Amino acid sequence: MLLFIEQVLNGLQLGVMLFLMASGLTLVFGIMGLINLAHGSLYMVGAYVAATVTLHTDSFLLGLAAALPAAAAVGAVIESGIMRRLYDRDHLDQVLATFGLILFFNDLMVILWGRQPLFMNVPEALSGTVELVPGAPYPIYRLVIIAVGLLVAVGLWALITKTRLGMRIRAGASDRETADALGVNIGLLYTGVFTLGAALAGLAGAMAGPLLAVEAGMGESILILTFVVVVIGGIGSVRGALAGAILVGLVDTLGRAFLPDVLRMVTDQATADGAGSSLAAMSIYILMAAVLVWRPKGLFPAHG
Amino acid sequence: MASPMRRPLSVRARLGVHLAGLLVLALLPPLLTLIGEPFYVTLATRMLILALAAVSLDLILGYGGMVSFGHAAFVGVGGYVTGILAHHAFMGEPLALFGLAVPGMNEALVVWPLAMAVSALAALVIGVLSLRTGGVHFIMITLAFAQMLYFLMVSLEAYGGDDGLMLWGRNTLAGADVLGNRTLFYYLCLGLLAAVLLALRRLVDSRFGLVLQGARQNERRMRALGFPVTRYRLAAFTLAGAIAGLAGALSVNHAEFASPTLLHWTHSGELLVIVILGGMGTLVGPVLGALAFVGLEEALSGLMEHWRVVFGPLLILVVLFARSGLHGWLIGRRPMGRTRP
Repeated sequence: MLLFIEQVLNGLQLGVMLFLMASGLTLVFGIMGLINLAHGSLYMVGAYVAATVTLHTDSFLLGLAAALPAAAAVGAVIESGIMRRLYDRDHLDQVLATFGLILFFNDLMVILWGRQPLFMNVPEALSGTVELVPGAPYPIYRLVIIAVGLLVAVGLWALITKTRLGMRIRAGASDRETADALGVNIGLLYTGVFTLGAALAGLAGAMAGPLLAVEAGMGESILILTFVVVVIGGIGSVRGALAGAILVGLVDTLGRAFLPDVLRMVTDQATADGAGSSLAAMSIYILMAAVLVWRPKGLFPAHG
Repeated sequence: MASPMRRPLSVRARLGVHLAGLLVLALLPPLLTLIGEPFYVTLATRMLILALAAVSLDLILGYGGMVSFGHAAFVGVGGYVTGILAHHAFMGEPLALFGLAVPGMNEALVVWPLAMAVSALAALVIGVLSLRTGGVHFIMITLAFAQMLYFLMVSLEAYGGDDGLMLWGRNTLAGADVLGNRTLFYYLCLGLLAAVLLALRRLVDSRFGLVLQGARQNERRMRALGFPVTRYRLAAFTLAGAIAGLAGALSVNHAEFASPTLLHWTHSGELLVIVILGGMGTLVGPVLGALAFVGLEEALSGLMEHWRVVFGPLLILVVLFARSGLHGWLIGRRPMGRTRP
């Protein structure tokens, strides 16, 4: 039971990470109609900058403070240099151009930082554990990630539904030309949304730094998971991104932890372990297939 | 975005260009031996196999308008069928599959069609699910399913898992152990590629191909005319999967190695790049694309270790400014219609 609670928390932590990625991806798609494969590269930039600054200054906060603007700046540059020319193109062009960006960024990171992965320590103030349930110590750092992710979710919700900027974002998403005619600076708005998404990806990358090895290509594994999240949640919907992210985080984590055990009840151990690990690796894709059969547009399809 | 494009050549002139290209490819091995670089026959073989996979993708991408970002998965499935059967043939123990004992096999005439069949089955299942959606969903879903198959192969510990599966030699052809011959294998790949190109050319000009292209240009109209558009697309998707499976079987024979990287998503991306680079919706274009891609990779990686740092921006420039591809530049054609909205 204690193990189960721990794994649920791990699943939540993966889920909010995925949400930070998926919210940016889904906003950019929902508003600009752009599929951005290079979103994972922004995550990687965030992780590299955070790791480097933290290793030099011994302060994770400074690392975080550097990673966010760095990812946002890279985002703003690629938006105004490349993405802007792709909004009116078909998805195939967008896929290819952003694929080119991934190749560029991955090799650039290797040139700048070398092939050796960087390792970050969990910041000292957050390195302990806490007993949420008696007898089940859980790392504070992971709890903080969950809290930050949920805060961002609330913040995004407030931004989009409660502020004038959010109103403009919604207007731009539902009818670009009318919003433009009513005096909304669409070009600036698009750059702003893209930069916001980039900053969130950078935040996810920086927070993932102490948990994973920081290396070239780290953005792609999370990018593909993010796609699964976005497809399950419904493309363009931030609410869907949150629901999809938590669902995928839980299914993936719990599947890996418990599927072999569950299968052991119905078959012998060797088969159960083999099939269990295979099934666990495929579980979220099976979940995606099931959602597609049930609701081809995702759980919370965006309007328009 | 209009790039300078030649006026389309006449049908006869076009045929002439294609035959000349085939002649060059056919004369390549003796030429390379003559100039003392027989190593390049191996490289040229890799190019032909890549071209075969890219041509199959062009059927669904260029003619069907389906942007599949998971095509490498079918190459990988075909490759793994070949690798696993060869592994069991070598070990001398049958493969237990759902209670059936499948004997290991090493005969190309049996294994390759089997690889195509299993890849086609994978494409059929993935196609049924993915074609429920369109546009950007389709891109993400094909990518995700390909990734699922990638992780499945990684989890096959009995077949090397992450490290892949080493073969103990190439398949036999009609009982004879001849595929190890570099030149013979090259000509076999060339023959298969030419046969697939001819067959697909006839297919895209047939009623089936016209329905497929009509659905790309105006799906609603084709539906109104009473065509079951999704079923046509699914048939094309499955066929493309089968051809990719053949490319996988050839590729594993070529490298004598099957590994999960065959299914890696970057390979799906590379196949898309090859089709676009060559010119999509032309069938012959992807062959040029494969030639250019392998050549560029060879040249750039010879110049510098991190060649992708140049290749990536190059790709962006091609997308932004040179959409008609090499085929359009060499032979000329009308710009293709847009892909499915």
